[in-house]
Amino acid sequence: MTTRLSAQDVTLGYGDRVVSTRLSLDVPDGAFTAVVGPNGCGKSTLLRALVRLLKPAEGAITLDSRSVSDLPAKGLARELAFLPQDPLAPEGITVHQLVSRGRYPHQSLLALWTPEDERAVAEAMVTAEVEDLADRPVAELSGGQRQRVWVAMVLAQDTPYLLLDEPTSFLDITHQYRLLALLSRLRDEGRTVIAVLHDINQACRFADHLVAMKDGRVAAEGAAADVVDAALIKDVFDLPSVIVADPVSGTPMVVPE
Amino acid sequence: MTSAPPASPPTARTARPAILVVGLLALFAAGVASVAVGARAVPLGELWGALADFDPLNGDHLVVRDIRLPRTLLGIAVGAALAVGGALIQTLSRNPLAEPGILGVTHGAGFALTVGAALGLAGSAVSQLGLGVAGSVLATALVYAVGRHSTLRLLLAGVAFSAVLMGVSLGIRLTSPDTLDKYRFWAVGSLAGREQTDLTVPLVAIGAALVGALVIARSLNAIALGETVAHTLGANVARVRTATLVLITVLAGAATAVAGPILFVGLIVPHLLRRLTSGSVPWLVGLSAVVGPILMLVADTIARVLLHTGEVPVAIVTAFLGGPVLIWVVRRYGAGSL
Repeated sequence: MTTRLSAQDVTLGYGDRVVSTRLSLDVPDGAFTAVVGPNGCGKSTLLRALVRLLKPAEGAITLDSRSVSDLPAKGLARELAFLPQDPLAPEGITVHQLVSRGRYPHQSLLALWTPEDERAVAEAMVTAEVEDLADRPVAELSGGQRQRVWVAMVLAQDTPYLLLDEPTSFLDITHQYRLLALLSRLRDEGRTVIAVLHDINQACRFADHLVAMKDGRVAAEGAAADVVDAALIKDVFDLPSVIVADPVSGTPMVVPE
Repeated sequence: MTSAPPASPPTARTARPAILVVGLLALFAAGVASVAVGARAVPLGELWGALADFDPLNGDHLVVRDIRLPRTLLGIAVGAALAVGGALIQTLSRNPLAEPGILGVTHGAGFALTVGAALGLAGSAVSQLGLGVAGSVLATALVYAVGRHSTLRLLLAGVAFSAVLMGVSLGIRLTSPDTLDKYRFWAVGSLAGREQTDLTVPLVAIGAALVGALVIARSLNAIALGETVAHTLGANVARVRTATLVLITVLAGAATAVAGPILFVGLIVPHLLRRLTSGSVPWLVGLSAVVGPILMLVADTIARVLLHTGEVPVAIVTAFLGGPVLIWVVRRYGAGSL
Protein backbone atom coordinates (compact mmCIF):
# COMPACT_ATOMS: atom_id res chain seq x y z
CA MET A 1 0.00 0.00 0.00
CA THR A 2 1.42 3.34 -1.03
CA THR A 3 0.33 6.57 0.47
CA ARG A 4 0.87 10.20 -0.51
CA LEU A 5 -1.52 11.87 1.93
CA SER A 6 -1.00 11.46 5.67
CA ALA A 7 -1.85 12.99 8.98
CA GLN A 8 1.20 12.83 11.23
CA ASP A 9 0.67 13.20 14.97
CA VAL A 10 -1.84 15.97 14.48
CA THR A 11 -3.66 17.71 17.31
CA LEU A 12 -6.87 19.20 16.00
CA GLY A 13 -9.42 21.47 17.57
CA TYR A 14 -11.27 24.74 17.50
CA GLY A 15 -9.78 27.35 19.79
CA ASP A 16 -9.47 25.79 23.23
CA ARG A 17 -11.60 22.79 22.40
CA VAL A 18 -9.34 19.90 21.40
CA VAL A 19 -11.00 17.27 19.21
CA SER A 20 -8.10 14.97 18.36
CA THR A 21 -4.74 14.56 20.04
CA ARG A 22 -1.72 13.12 18.20
CA LEU A 23 -3.78 11.43 15.53
CA SER A 24 -1.99 9.68 12.69
CA LEU A 25 -3.49 8.31 9.50
CA ASP A 26 -2.13 7.18 6.15
CA VAL A 27 -4.64 7.44 3.33
CA PRO A 28 -4.11 4.53 0.93
CA ASP A 29 -3.65 5.71 -2.68
CA GLY A 30 -6.25 4.72 -5.22
CA ALA A 31 -8.60 3.29 -2.62
CA PHE A 32 -12.04 4.22 -1.29
CA THR A 33 -11.54 5.11 2.36
CA ALA A 34 -14.63 5.54 4.54
CA VAL A 35 -14.43 7.29 7.90
CA VAL A 36 -17.13 6.19 10.33
CA GLY A 37 -17.92 6.89 13.96
CA PRO A 38 -20.53 8.42 16.25
CA ASN A 39 -21.55 12.08 16.04
CA GLY A 40 -18.88 14.40 17.34
CA CYS A 41 -16.06 11.85 17.14
CA GLY A 42 -13.92 14.13 14.96
CA LYS A 43 -14.56 12.63 11.49
CA SER A 44 -15.41 15.93 9.83
CA THR A 45 -12.65 17.71 11.73
CA LEU A 46 -10.12 15.24 10.36
CA LEU A 47 -11.41 15.72 6.83
CA ARG A 48 -11.27 19.50 7.17
CA ALA A 49 -7.69 19.27 8.38
CA LEU A 50 -6.72 17.07 5.43
CA VAL A 51 -7.89 19.75 2.97
CA ARG A 52 -6.27 22.56 4.99
CA LEU A 53 -9.50 24.17 6.15
CA LEU A 54 -8.21 23.64 9.67
CA LYS A 55 -4.60 24.09 10.68
CA PRO A 56 -3.34 21.43 13.12
CA ALA A 57 -2.23 22.86 16.47
CA GLU A 58 0.57 20.30 16.41
CA GLY A 59 1.85 17.84 13.84
CA ALA A 60 1.31 18.16 10.10
CA ILE A 61 -0.79 16.99 7.20
CA THR A 62 1.61 15.93 4.48
CA LEU A 63 1.26 15.34 0.76
CA ASP A 64 4.31 13.64 -0.76
CA SER A 65 6.11 14.29 2.54
CA ARG A 66 5.55 18.04 2.25
CA SER A 67 3.34 19.85 4.71
CA VAL A 68 0.16 20.99 2.94
CA SER A 69 0.45 24.37 4.65
CA ASP A 70 3.58 25.00 2.55
CA LEU A 71 1.82 24.35 -0.75
CA PRO A 72 0.35 27.18 -2.82
CA ALA A 73 -3.45 27.37 -2.50
CA LYS A 74 -4.23 26.66 -6.14
CA GLY A 75 -1.57 23.96 -6.31
CA LEU A 76 -3.22 22.16 -3.39
CA ALA A 77 -6.63 22.67 -5.02
CA ARG A 78 -5.35 20.79 -8.07
CA GLU A 79 -4.54 17.81 -5.80
CA LEU A 80 -7.39 17.73 -3.29
CA ALA A 81 -11.06 18.40 -4.00
CA PHE A 82 -13.46 18.67 -1.08
CA LEU A 83 -17.24 18.62 -0.92
CA PRO A 84 -18.53 19.97 2.42
CA GLN A 85 -21.65 18.60 4.06
CA ASP A 86 -24.16 21.23 3.07
CA PRO A 87 -22.84 23.52 0.32
CA LEU A 88 -25.04 26.42 -0.70
CA ALA A 89 -25.45 27.41 -4.34
CA PRO A 90 -25.62 31.13 -5.10
CA GLU A 91 -28.98 32.49 -6.33
CA GLY A 92 -29.78 32.08 -9.98
CA ILE A 93 -26.80 29.88 -10.82
CA THR A 94 -27.25 27.20 -13.49
CA VAL A 95 -25.82 23.70 -13.34
CA HIS A 96 -23.23 24.37 -16.05
CA GLN A 97 -22.11 27.55 -14.29
CA LEU A 98 -21.76 25.77 -10.96
CA VAL A 99 -19.79 22.86 -12.41
CA SER A 100 -17.57 25.36 -14.25
CA ARG A 101 -16.50 26.83 -10.92
CA GLY A 102 -14.55 23.64 -10.30
CA ARG A 103 -12.04 24.84 -12.89
CA TYR A 104 -11.03 27.80 -10.72
CA PRO A 105 -7.68 26.32 -9.56
CA HIS A 106 -6.72 25.65 -13.19
CA GLN A 107 -7.20 29.24 -14.27
CA SER A 108 -5.03 32.28 -13.88
CA LEU A 109 -5.19 35.91 -14.90
CA LEU A 110 -3.63 35.04 -18.25
CA ALA A 111 -5.06 31.61 -18.92
CA LEU A 112 -8.79 32.17 -18.80
CA TRP A 113 -11.36 29.68 -20.08
CA THR A 114 -9.72 27.05 -22.32
CA PRO A 115 -11.03 24.09 -24.36
CA GLU A 116 -9.41 21.90 -21.71
CA ASP A 117 -11.65 23.52 -19.10
CA GLU A 118 -14.72 22.97 -21.24
CA ARG A 119 -13.76 19.33 -21.79
CA ALA A 120 -13.27 18.75 -18.06
CA VAL A 121 -16.66 20.33 -17.27
CA ALA A 122 -18.45 18.29 -19.95
CA GLU A 123 -16.79 15.09 -18.76
CA ALA A 124 -17.60 15.80 -15.11
CA MET A 125 -21.26 16.39 -15.97
CA VAL A 126 -21.43 13.12 -17.92
CA THR A 127 -19.72 11.16 -15.12
CA ALA A 128 -22.05 12.56 -12.47
CA GLU A 129 -25.03 12.07 -14.82
CA VAL A 130 -26.15 15.69 -14.77
CA GLU A 131 -25.42 16.63 -18.41
CA ASP A 132 -29.16 16.82 -19.18
CA LEU A 133 -29.59 19.42 -16.45
CA ALA A 134 -26.88 21.78 -17.77
CA ASP A 135 -29.08 24.84 -18.26
CA ARG A 136 -31.37 24.32 -15.29
CA PRO A 137 -31.12 26.62 -12.26
CA VAL A 138 -29.62 24.61 -9.38
CA ALA A 139 -32.33 25.90 -7.03
CA GLU A 140 -35.01 24.01 -9.02
CA LEU A 141 -33.38 20.58 -8.69
CA SER A 142 -34.24 17.78 -6.29
CA GLY A 143 -31.88 16.98 -3.42
CA GLY A 144 -30.42 13.97 -5.23
CA GLN A 145 -29.83 15.89 -8.44
CA ARG A 146 -28.31 18.79 -6.56
CA GLN A 147 -25.84 16.56 -4.74
CA ARG A 148 -24.74 15.04 -8.07
CA VAL A 149 -24.24 18.55 -9.46
CA TRP A 150 -21.92 19.37 -6.57
CA VAL A 151 -20.07 16.11 -7.14
CA ALA A 152 -19.69 17.16 -10.78
CA MET A 153 -18.27 20.47 -9.57
CA VAL A 154 -15.52 18.77 -7.55
CA LEU A 155 -14.93 16.31 -10.42
CA ALA A 156 -14.34 19.23 -12.78
CA GLN A 157 -11.57 20.23 -10.41
CA ASP A 158 -9.82 17.18 -11.88
CA THR A 159 -7.88 16.14 -8.80
CA PRO A 160 -6.37 12.78 -7.82
CA TYR A 161 -8.07 13.10 -4.41
CA LEU A 162 -11.75 13.45 -3.69
CA LEU A 163 -12.84 14.14 -0.10
CA LEU A 164 -16.51 14.21 0.80
CA ASP A 165 -18.15 15.01 4.12
CA GLU A 166 -21.30 12.89 4.56
CA PRO A 167 -22.24 13.06 0.89
CA THR A 168 -25.27 10.78 1.37
CA SER A 169 -27.03 12.72 4.12
CA PHE A 170 -30.40 14.12 3.08
CA LEU A 171 -30.64 11.68 0.15
CA ASP A 172 -33.22 8.93 -0.18
CA ILE A 173 -31.95 5.35 -0.25
CA THR A 174 -31.89 5.08 -4.05
CA HIS A 175 -29.82 8.20 -4.42
CA GLN A 176 -27.55 7.13 -1.58
CA TYR A 177 -26.62 3.94 -3.41
CA ARG A 178 -26.38 5.70 -6.75
CA LEU A 179 -23.90 8.18 -5.29
CA LEU A 180 -21.82 5.50 -3.57
CA ALA A 181 -21.70 3.49 -6.81
CA LEU A 182 -20.49 6.64 -8.56
CA LEU A 183 -17.72 7.08 -5.96
CA SER A 184 -16.67 3.43 -6.44
CA ARG A 185 -16.52 4.01 -10.18
CA LEU A 186 -14.28 7.03 -9.63
CA ARG A 187 -12.05 4.88 -7.44
CA ASP A 188 -11.90 2.31 -10.29
CA GLU A 189 -10.79 5.10 -12.62
CA GLY A 190 -7.83 5.72 -10.34
CA ARG A 191 -8.93 8.43 -7.96
CA THR A 192 -8.45 8.26 -4.22
CA VAL A 193 -11.80 8.72 -2.49
CA ILE A 194 -12.16 9.62 1.19
CA ALA A 195 -15.69 9.98 2.52
CA VAL A 196 -17.20 10.46 5.93
CA LEU A 197 -20.19 8.11 5.97
CA HIS A 198 -23.00 7.78 8.47
CA ASP A 199 -24.16 4.33 7.55
CA ILE A 200 -21.71 1.68 8.75
CA ASN A 201 -23.24 -0.98 6.47
CA GLN A 202 -22.81 1.17 3.39
CA ALA A 203 -19.25 1.92 4.47
CA CYS A 204 -18.53 -1.82 4.80
CA ARG A 205 -19.99 -2.54 1.41
CA PHE A 206 -18.31 0.20 -0.61
CA ALA A 207 -15.05 1.09 1.14
CA ASP A 208 -11.72 -0.65 0.61
CA HIS A 209 -10.37 0.88 3.76
CA LEU A 210 -12.46 1.55 6.83
CA VAL A 211 -11.40 4.03 9.50
CA ALA A 212 -13.47 3.82 12.68
CA MET A 213 -13.10 6.83 14.97
CA LYS A 214 -14.07 7.42 18.57
CA ASP A 215 -13.38 10.41 20.79
CA GLY A 216 -11.01 11.93 18.27
CA ARG A 217 -8.79 8.88 17.83
CA VAL A 218 -8.69 6.07 15.29
CA ALA A 219 -10.20 3.03 17.03
CA ALA A 220 -9.56 0.63 14.16
CA GLU A 221 -8.66 0.71 10.49
CA GLY A 222 -8.35 -1.76 7.66
CA ALA A 223 -10.54 -3.77 5.32
CA ALA A 224 -14.07 -3.98 6.69
CA ALA A 225 -13.97 -7.79 6.82
CA ASP A 226 -10.87 -7.63 9.02
CA VAL A 227 -11.88 -4.95 11.48
CA VAL A 228 -15.65 -4.97 11.89
CA ASP A 229 -16.88 -7.23 14.69
CA ALA A 230 -19.36 -6.93 17.53
CA ALA A 231 -16.66 -5.77 19.93
CA LEU A 232 -15.64 -2.86 17.70
CA ILE A 233 -19.24 -1.73 17.19
CA LYS A 234 -19.81 -1.94 20.96
CA ASP A 235 -16.64 0.05 21.56
CA VAL A 236 -17.15 2.74 18.90
CA PHE A 237 -20.91 3.20 18.79
CA ASP A 238 -21.77 1.78 22.23
CA LEU A 239 -24.30 -0.43 20.49
CA PRO A 240 -24.74 -4.16 21.13
CA SER A 241 -25.08 -5.88 17.77
CA VAL A 242 -24.78 -9.05 15.76
CA ILE A 243 -22.54 -9.07 12.69
CA VAL A 244 -23.85 -11.05 9.72
CA ALA A 245 -22.69 -11.28 6.12
CA ASP A 246 -24.44 -8.84 3.78
CA PRO A 247 -26.56 -11.14 1.57
CA VAL A 248 -25.67 -9.14 -1.55
CA SER A 249 -22.00 -8.21 -1.19
CA GLY A 250 -20.83 -10.60 1.51
CA THR A 251 -19.31 -7.73 3.49
CA PRO A 252 -19.98 -7.39 7.24
CA MET A 253 -23.43 -6.09 8.10
CA VAL A 254 -24.22 -4.68 11.53
CA VAL A 255 -27.61 -5.65 12.92
CA PRO A 256 -28.35 -3.94 16.25
CA GLU A 257 -29.62 -6.22 18.97
CA MET B 1 -19.78 23.11 -27.06
CA THR B 2 -18.96 26.34 -28.77
CA SER B 3 -16.39 28.98 -28.08
CA ALA B 4 -17.52 32.23 -26.50
CA PRO B 5 -15.96 35.18 -24.68
CA PRO B 6 -12.93 33.87 -22.82
CA ALA B 7 -13.75 35.83 -19.68
CA SER B 8 -16.33 33.29 -18.61
CA PRO B 9 -17.37 29.72 -19.34
CA PRO B 10 -19.13 29.47 -22.66
CA THR B 11 -22.88 29.24 -22.47
CA ALA B 12 -24.05 29.65 -26.02
CA ARG B 13 -27.47 28.73 -24.70
CA THR B 14 -27.87 31.91 -22.73
CA ALA B 15 -28.25 35.32 -24.20
CA ARG B 16 -25.77 37.30 -22.16
CA PRO B 17 -23.82 38.81 -25.08
CA ALA B 18 -27.09 39.88 -26.70
CA ILE B 19 -28.18 41.50 -23.44
CA LEU B 20 -24.89 43.37 -23.32
CA VAL B 21 -25.38 44.73 -26.85
CA VAL B 22 -28.97 45.78 -26.14
CA GLY B 23 -27.79 47.37 -22.89
CA LEU B 24 -25.08 49.37 -24.62
CA LEU B 25 -27.58 50.62 -27.24
CA ALA B 26 -30.02 51.59 -24.51
CA LEU B 27 -27.23 53.37 -22.65
CA PHE B 28 -26.37 55.32 -25.78
CA ALA B 29 -30.01 56.33 -26.25
CA ALA B 30 -30.32 57.31 -22.59
CA GLY B 31 -27.12 59.34 -22.91
CA VAL B 32 -28.40 61.25 -25.94
CA ALA B 33 -31.71 61.92 -24.21
CA SER B 34 -30.00 63.13 -21.08
CA VAL B 35 -27.94 65.63 -23.07
CA ALA B 36 -30.88 66.83 -25.17
CA VAL B 37 -33.71 67.01 -22.65
CA GLY B 38 -34.10 69.58 -19.92
CA ALA B 39 -35.40 73.04 -19.13
CA ARG B 40 -33.88 74.08 -22.45
CA ALA B 41 -34.46 71.37 -25.07
CA VAL B 42 -31.52 70.99 -27.45
CA PRO B 43 -32.30 69.80 -31.00
CA LEU B 44 -30.31 66.73 -32.02
CA GLY B 45 -28.61 68.68 -34.85
CA GLU B 46 -27.31 71.28 -32.43
CA LEU B 47 -26.20 68.49 -30.11
CA TRP B 48 -23.96 67.07 -32.81
CA GLY B 49 -22.74 70.55 -33.66
CA ALA B 50 -21.74 71.20 -30.06
CA LEU B 51 -19.49 68.15 -30.15
CA ALA B 52 -18.11 68.35 -33.68
CA ASP B 53 -18.09 72.08 -34.39
CA PHE B 54 -18.26 74.02 -31.14
CA ASP B 55 -19.43 77.62 -31.36
CA PRO B 56 -18.85 79.51 -28.08
CA LEU B 57 -21.56 82.05 -29.00
CA ASN B 58 -24.25 79.41 -29.55
CA GLY B 59 -26.42 79.04 -26.45
CA ASP B 60 -27.33 75.43 -27.22
CA HIS B 61 -23.68 74.53 -27.63
CA LEU B 62 -22.81 76.13 -24.31
CA VAL B 63 -25.57 74.25 -22.50
CA VAL B 64 -24.41 70.95 -23.99
CA ARG B 65 -20.70 71.49 -23.34
CA ASP B 66 -20.76 73.12 -19.93
CA ILE B 67 -23.78 71.62 -18.25
CA ARG B 68 -25.40 68.67 -19.94
CA LEU B 69 -22.40 66.65 -21.05
CA PRO B 70 -20.57 66.82 -17.70
CA ARG B 71 -23.80 65.91 -15.95
CA THR B 72 -24.37 62.95 -18.26
CA LEU B 73 -20.83 61.69 -17.69
CA LEU B 74 -21.35 62.12 -13.96
CA GLY B 75 -24.60 60.17 -14.18
CA ILE B 76 -22.89 57.33 -16.03
CA ALA B 77 -20.05 57.18 -13.51
CA VAL B 78 -22.32 57.35 -10.46
CA GLY B 79 -24.77 54.80 -11.89
CA ALA B 80 -21.99 52.37 -12.78
CA ALA B 81 -20.26 52.84 -9.42
CA LEU B 82 -23.42 52.22 -7.39
CA ALA B 83 -24.63 49.25 -9.44
CA VAL B 84 -21.22 47.54 -9.50
CA GLY B 85 -20.72 48.30 -5.80
CA GLY B 86 -24.09 46.65 -5.16
CA ALA B 87 -23.18 43.61 -7.27
CA LEU B 88 -19.93 43.22 -5.30
CA ILE B 89 -21.44 43.54 -1.81
CA GLN B 90 -24.38 41.26 -2.62
CA THR B 91 -22.04 38.62 -3.99
CA LEU B 92 -19.54 38.90 -1.16
CA SER B 93 -22.16 38.81 1.60
CA ARG B 94 -24.47 36.38 -0.22
CA ASN B 95 -27.18 38.71 1.00
CA PRO B 96 -29.69 40.04 -1.53
CA LEU B 97 -30.58 42.99 0.69
CA ALA B 98 -27.04 44.29 1.00
CA GLU B 99 -26.43 47.63 -0.69
CA PRO B 100 -23.08 49.34 -1.19
CA GLY B 101 -23.65 51.70 1.74
CA ILE B 102 -24.09 48.87 4.25
CA LEU B 103 -20.42 48.98 5.28
CA GLY B 104 -20.77 52.46 6.72
CA VAL B 105 -19.99 54.48 3.60
CA THR B 106 -23.22 56.48 3.45
CA HIS B 107 -23.57 57.30 7.09
CA GLY B 108 -19.84 57.97 7.36
CA ALA B 109 -20.12 60.56 4.61
CA GLY B 110 -23.30 61.99 6.14
CA PHE B 111 -21.66 62.22 9.54
CA ALA B 112 -18.59 63.99 8.16
CA LEU B 113 -20.79 66.44 6.28
CA THR B 114 -22.86 67.15 9.37
CA VAL B 115 -19.82 67.74 11.54
CA GLY B 116 -18.20 69.77 8.76
CA ALA B 117 -21.30 71.92 8.37
CA ALA B 118 -21.57 72.44 12.14
CA LEU B 119 -17.95 73.64 12.18
CA GLY B 120 -18.55 75.85 9.16
CA LEU B 121 -16.33 73.83 6.83
CA ALA B 122 -18.91 72.61 4.32
CA GLY B 123 -19.33 75.82 2.39
CA SER B 124 -18.06 74.95 -1.07
CA ALA B 125 -18.76 71.96 -3.29
CA VAL B 126 -15.10 70.96 -3.12
CA SER B 127 -15.03 70.90 0.66
CA GLN B 128 -18.26 68.90 0.67
CA LEU B 129 -16.62 66.40 -1.65
CA GLY B 130 -13.58 66.17 0.59
CA LEU B 131 -15.69 65.71 3.71
CA GLY B 132 -17.76 63.00 2.01
CA VAL B 133 -14.70 61.03 0.95
CA ALA B 134 -12.99 61.39 4.33
CA GLY B 135 -16.13 60.28 6.18
CA SER B 136 -16.65 57.25 3.93
CA VAL B 137 -13.08 56.07 4.19
CA LEU B 138 -12.83 56.55 7.96
CA ALA B 139 -16.13 54.79 8.61
CA THR B 140 -15.25 51.81 6.42
CA ALA B 141 -11.77 51.56 7.93
CA LEU B 142 -13.31 51.34 11.41
CA VAL B 143 -15.89 48.79 10.28
CA TYR B 144 -13.12 46.77 8.66
CA ALA B 145 -10.96 46.89 11.80
CA VAL B 146 -13.81 45.44 13.86
CA GLY B 147 -15.18 42.88 11.42
CA ARG B 148 -12.43 41.81 9.04
CA HIS B 149 -12.38 38.19 10.19
CA SER B 150 -15.69 37.26 8.66
CA THR B 151 -18.14 38.73 6.22
CA LEU B 152 -21.03 38.44 8.65
CA ARG B 153 -19.11 40.38 11.29
CA LEU B 154 -18.35 43.04 8.71
CA LEU B 155 -22.03 43.48 7.90
CA LEU B 156 -23.01 43.60 11.56
CA ALA B 157 -20.25 46.10 12.31
CA GLY B 158 -21.35 48.18 9.31
CA VAL B 159 -24.99 48.25 10.37
CA ALA B 160 -24.16 48.95 14.03
CA PHE B 161 -21.64 51.65 13.23
CA SER B 162 -23.99 53.27 10.71
CA ALA B 163 -26.70 53.43 13.36
CA VAL B 164 -24.37 55.16 15.81
CA LEU B 165 -23.17 57.67 13.21
CA MET B 166 -26.73 58.34 12.09
CA GLY B 167 -27.82 58.95 15.68
CA VAL B 168 -24.98 61.33 16.44
CA SER B 169 -25.45 63.23 13.17
CA LEU B 170 -29.16 63.49 13.80
CA GLY B 171 -28.48 64.91 17.26
CA ILE B 172 -26.16 67.55 15.85
CA ARG B 173 -28.58 68.51 13.11
CA LEU B 174 -31.56 68.78 15.44
CA THR B 175 -29.73 71.21 17.68
CA SER B 176 -28.34 73.28 14.83
CA PRO B 177 -30.82 74.43 12.16
CA ASP B 178 -27.98 75.84 10.05
CA THR B 179 -26.29 72.47 9.83
CA LEU B 180 -29.59 70.79 9.01
CA ASP B 181 -30.07 73.18 6.12
CA LYS B 182 -26.68 72.40 4.55
CA TYR B 183 -27.08 68.68 5.11
CA ARG B 184 -30.56 68.59 3.58
CA PHE B 185 -29.35 69.51 0.12
CA TRP B 186 -26.68 66.86 0.12
CA ALA B 187 -28.85 64.18 1.69
CA VAL B 188 -31.53 64.08 -1.01
CA GLY B 189 -29.05 62.79 -3.57
CA SER B 190 -28.89 64.62 -6.86
CA LEU B 191 -26.72 65.25 -9.88
CA ALA B 192 -27.93 68.85 -10.23
CA GLY B 193 -25.21 71.41 -9.76
CA ARG B 194 -22.68 68.74 -8.88
CA GLU B 195 -21.31 68.81 -12.42
CA GLN B 196 -19.85 72.27 -11.81
CA THR B 197 -17.20 70.98 -9.41
CA ASP B 198 -13.92 69.56 -10.68
CA LEU B 199 -14.78 65.90 -10.75
CA THR B 200 -11.55 64.50 -12.15
CA VAL B 201 -10.49 62.75 -8.97
CA PRO B 202 -13.78 60.98 -8.17
CA LEU B 203 -14.28 60.02 -11.84
CA VAL B 204 -10.79 58.56 -12.15
CA ALA B 205 -11.26 56.72 -8.85
CA ILE B 206 -14.54 55.25 -10.07
CA GLY B 207 -13.00 54.25 -13.42
CA ALA B 208 -10.09 52.49 -11.75
CA ALA B 209 -12.37 50.72 -9.28
CA LEU B 210 -14.63 49.50 -12.10
CA VAL B 211 -11.63 47.91 -13.81
CA GLY B 212 -10.61 46.38 -10.48
CA ALA B 213 -14.13 45.00 -10.03
CA LEU B 214 -13.97 43.23 -13.39
CA VAL B 215 -10.59 41.74 -12.50
CA ILE B 216 -11.70 40.45 -9.10
CA ALA B 217 -15.06 39.18 -10.35
CA ARG B 218 -13.65 35.79 -11.28
CA SER B 219 -12.31 35.22 -7.78
CA LEU B 220 -15.73 36.24 -6.47
CA ASN B 221 -17.14 33.43 -8.61
CA ALA B 222 -15.37 31.10 -6.18
CA ILE B 223 -16.24 33.12 -3.05
CA ALA B 224 -19.92 33.04 -4.05
CA LEU B 225 -19.93 29.29 -3.33
CA GLY B 226 -19.25 29.97 0.34
CA GLU B 227 -15.94 30.38 2.10
CA THR B 228 -15.38 26.65 2.68
CA VAL B 229 -15.68 25.76 -0.99
CA ALA B 230 -13.75 28.88 -2.01
CA HIS B 231 -10.83 27.84 0.20
CA THR B 232 -10.72 24.33 -1.22
CA LEU B 233 -10.86 25.74 -4.76
CA GLY B 234 -7.64 27.57 -3.93
CA ALA B 235 -9.06 31.09 -3.64
CA ASN B 236 -7.36 33.38 -1.16
CA VAL B 237 -10.55 34.30 0.66
CA ALA B 238 -9.08 36.91 3.01
CA ARG B 239 -7.27 38.74 0.23
CA VAL B 240 -10.24 38.72 -2.14
CA ARG B 241 -12.53 39.94 0.64
CA THR B 242 -10.21 42.82 1.54
CA ALA B 243 -9.74 43.85 -2.08
CA THR B 244 -13.49 43.71 -2.68
CA LEU B 245 -14.17 45.88 0.37
CA VAL B 246 -11.69 48.47 -0.83
CA LEU B 247 -13.38 48.52 -4.23
CA ILE B 248 -16.86 48.84 -2.70
CA THR B 249 -15.68 51.69 -0.50
CA VAL B 250 -14.12 53.55 -3.41
CA LEU B 251 -17.16 53.05 -5.64
CA ALA B 252 -19.82 53.89 -3.08
CA GLY B 253 -17.68 56.54 -1.39
CA ALA B 254 -16.92 58.42 -4.61
CA ALA B 255 -20.50 58.19 -5.84
CA THR B 256 -21.93 59.30 -2.50
CA ALA B 257 -19.44 62.12 -2.20
CA VAL B 258 -20.35 63.61 -5.58
CA ALA B 259 -24.06 62.85 -5.73
CA GLY B 260 -25.22 62.20 -2.17
CA PRO B 261 -26.93 58.99 -1.08
CA ILE B 262 -28.62 57.40 -4.13
CA LEU B 263 -27.88 53.89 -3.01
CA PHE B 264 -31.14 52.36 -4.19
CA VAL B 265 -29.51 51.91 -7.60
CA GLY B 266 -26.99 49.58 -5.98
CA LEU B 267 -29.75 47.47 -4.47
CA ILE B 268 -32.00 47.09 -7.49
CA VAL B 269 -29.70 46.76 -10.53
CA PRO B 270 -27.89 43.56 -9.43
CA HIS B 271 -31.32 42.05 -8.68
CA LEU B 272 -32.63 42.74 -12.14
CA LEU B 273 -29.55 41.13 -13.67
CA ARG B 274 -28.96 38.15 -11.43
CA ARG B 275 -31.26 35.78 -13.33
CA LEU B 276 -30.05 36.95 -16.72
CA THR B 277 -26.42 36.31 -15.86
CA SER B 278 -27.10 32.73 -14.63
CA GLY B 279 -24.86 33.20 -11.63
CA SER B 280 -21.69 34.44 -13.35
CA VAL B 281 -20.12 37.22 -11.30
CA PRO B 282 -18.02 38.69 -14.18
CA TRP B 283 -21.16 39.07 -16.27
CA LEU B 284 -23.10 40.47 -13.31
CA VAL B 285 -20.42 43.10 -12.76
CA GLY B 286 -20.09 43.91 -16.47
CA LEU B 287 -23.83 44.27 -17.07
CA SER B 288 -24.30 46.22 -13.84
CA ALA B 289 -21.79 48.74 -15.17
CA VAL B 290 -24.09 49.21 -18.19
CA VAL B 291 -27.55 49.00 -16.63
CA GLY B 292 -26.70 51.15 -13.57
CA PRO B 293 -25.95 54.19 -15.76
CA ILE B 294 -29.12 53.59 -17.81
CA LEU B 295 -31.28 53.72 -14.68
CA MET B 296 -29.36 56.74 -13.44
CA LEU B 297 -29.63 58.72 -16.69
CA VAL B 298 -33.31 57.90 -17.22
CA ALA B 299 -34.09 58.87 -13.63
CA ASP B 300 -32.06 62.07 -13.92
CA THR B 301 -33.75 63.04 -17.19
CA ILE B 302 -37.18 62.43 -15.71
CA ALA B 303 -36.09 64.41 -12.64
CA ARG B 304 -35.47 67.44 -14.84
CA VAL B 305 -38.81 67.48 -16.61
CA LEU B 306 -41.19 66.06 -14.00
CA LEU B 307 -42.06 69.37 -12.38
CA HIS B 308 -42.42 72.70 -14.15
CA THR B 309 -41.30 74.53 -11.08
CA GLY B 310 -37.84 72.95 -10.91
CA GLU B 311 -35.99 69.69 -10.50
CA VAL B 312 -36.92 66.71 -8.41
CA PRO B 313 -33.81 65.21 -6.78
CA VAL B 314 -32.78 62.12 -8.75
CA ALA B 315 -32.67 59.90 -5.65
CA ILE B 316 -36.42 60.37 -5.31
CA VAL B 317 -36.96 59.33 -8.93
CA THR B 318 -34.73 56.26 -8.64
CA ALA B 319 -36.73 55.18 -5.61
CA PHE B 320 -40.00 55.82 -7.43
CA LEU B 321 -38.84 53.83 -10.45
CA GLY B 322 -36.94 51.17 -8.56
CA GLY B 323 -39.45 50.37 -5.84
CA PRO B 324 -42.21 49.13 -8.17
CA VAL B 325 -39.67 47.27 -10.30
CA LEU B 326 -38.39 45.46 -7.23
CA ILE B 327 -41.94 44.49 -6.27
CA TRP B 328 -42.55 43.30 -9.83
CA VAL B 329 -39.44 41.12 -9.73
CA VAL B 330 -40.55 39.52 -6.47
CA ARG B 331 -44.07 38.90 -7.78
CA ARG B 332 -42.86 37.57 -11.12
CA TYR B 333 -40.11 35.27 -9.91
CA GLY B 334 -40.95 34.80 -6.24
CA ALA B 335 -38.89 35.96 -3.30
CA GLY B 336 -36.37 33.26 -4.24
CA SER B 337 -35.14 35.49 -7.03
CA LEU B 338 -33.88 37.96 -4.46
